[in-house]
Amino acid sequence: MPSSPRSLPFLAATGLLALALTGCASATPAASTPTAAVTTLAGDITVYAAASLKTTFTELAASFEAEHPGTSVALNFAGSSDLVTQIVEGAPADVFASADTKNMTKLTEAALAEGDPVDFATNVLEIAVPPGNPAGITDFASLAGPDVKLVVCAPEVPCGSATVAVATAAGITLSPVSEESSVTDVLGKVTSGEADAGLVYVTDVTAAGDAVEGIEFDESAEAVNTYPIVALKDSASADVAQAFVDFVAGQAGQDVLRAAGFGAP
Amino acid sequence: MRPSPNGYSGVPRWVLAVAAVGAAFVLLPLLAMVLRVNWAEFVPLISSESSVAALLLSLRTSLAATALCVIFGVPMALVLARTDFWGQKVLRSLVLLPLVLPPVVGGIALLYTFGRRGLLGQTFELLGIEIAFSTTAVVIAQTFVALPFLVLSLEGALRTVGSRYEAVGATLGASPTTVLRRITLPLVLPAVLSGAVLSFARALGEFGATLTFAGSLQGTTRTLPLEIYLQRETDPDTAVALSLVLVVVAIVIVSLAHRTGAPSRRRARVLS
Repeated sequence: MPSSPRSLPFLAATGLLALALTGCASATPAASTPTAAVTTLAGDITVYAAASLKTTFTELAASFEAEHPGTSVALNFAGSSDLVTQIVEGAPADVFASADTKNMTKLTEAALAEGDPVDFATNVLEIAVPPGNPAGITDFASLAGPDVKLVVCAPEVPCGSATVAVATAAGITLSPVSEESSVTDVLGKVTSGEADAGLVYVTDVTAAGDAVEGIEFDESAEAVNTYPIVALKDSASADVAQAFVDFVAGQAGQDVLRAAGFGAP
Repeated sequence: MRPSPNGYSGVPRWVLAVAAVGAAFVLLPLLAMVLRVNWAEFVPLISSESSVAALLLSLRTSLAATALCVIFGVPMALVLARTDFWGQKVLRSLVLLPLVLPPVVGGIALLYTFGRRGLLGQTFELLGIEIAFSTTAVVIAQTFVALPFLVLSLEGALRTVGSRYEAVGATLGASPTTVLRRITLPLVLPAVLSGAVLSFARALGEFGATLTFAGSLQGTTRTLPLEIYLQRETDPDTAVALSLVLVVVAIVIVSLAHRTGAPSRRRARVLS
């Protein structure tokens, strides 16, 4: 490489580019080329969605793109609090779908939402046990058994606060062997057989298929998690973003969500 | 700029400029974090019950992991540096694999080894040892990721020091164990120490394998990095304050390693 001083700005720019690329954002906010019909939707959007929406939103994004050929939907899945932190710090998102109202409130309080969030799904807790149910779990009360290795979410995360609410309402003291930071970590401990039982969402049990067995319990109604979705203010394709929100809240979206185990809002 | 000891400083200006960009890349994030610390609440934040429990657990498990690294790492480095056998190169790469393996992968591998349904899980269960969700699991995860650091630095030192003194000792009638105890180990002691410090640092920072393999429970398995990860969900101030604590501990450790490592290099140069 020549050591001419001219190459310096280039190298510095490369460094800055590397800095810019280290973020998780995968958005390309540039608008795509307009399609033939002027009235059709066109544009690229990036949807930030809670990790529990991975399967459903991947499917919904594909059918949305099929319905509106001029659009492209990029998806970013992570914990709701991670996502809201990234958006508040300036990540280029066009739509945010949260797994709880608390994190959505953080976004609306930062005045980043375009209009009011729409509730589009609900989720409740379910007991997940390894296939064959080795510890013989039957209901919520049996989770407190002395030899049961129970794994739950930590109270700091949404699934954990739901766990606390359910346990309090049932009047049962749980003594888990681990309090995980995410529901996927709880599920992982159950599918691997490390834990005898875990408290996860109904949709996680559905998605895990044969890897776990689910045990529903009445007390789960004490903590119903509501999923809100909203388009963001600074979106470069505001109409596409709003159309995607309407699509998720509409019949097509609801059918997919219901099939995955989500409840009606 | 000060000239280097041998009187030649041939670093072109543009290299310095690029190096400065690289240094800024490493230092700016640290600075950005320090700027976010809530200093008014700093002491209460880091002295909360859960923070102290996490810090103590981290120190305790990292020390145990470091001891295991020394116990197993020193013989491993000796075998790699002083013996010659078929497949040694492959073995060395495999042993050092945890260095480059994503910690989550390490955690999964450990789960399938020491987990309840793992390769050795049944054996341990028969012996009455429960590893799942115990502090032992944390130490195992930390040892797994930290061991290569000790093996790598010690093996390098052993090769640099050479085996001349050992050969002389052996011809004078010393048994292999005597040679090891009286000649080899004293020669490479600084490298053992710096390797141990590096292992300790790596164990202290262990996150992925612990999360995957050991779980997370205050006082039992929730080490400082796991506590930071969890607090970030609800209490970013605590997470940032604890991160700073971890950074300070890391800086102290790195400077310690630098100091203990230096004499070995100097002596190695004299000997070779």
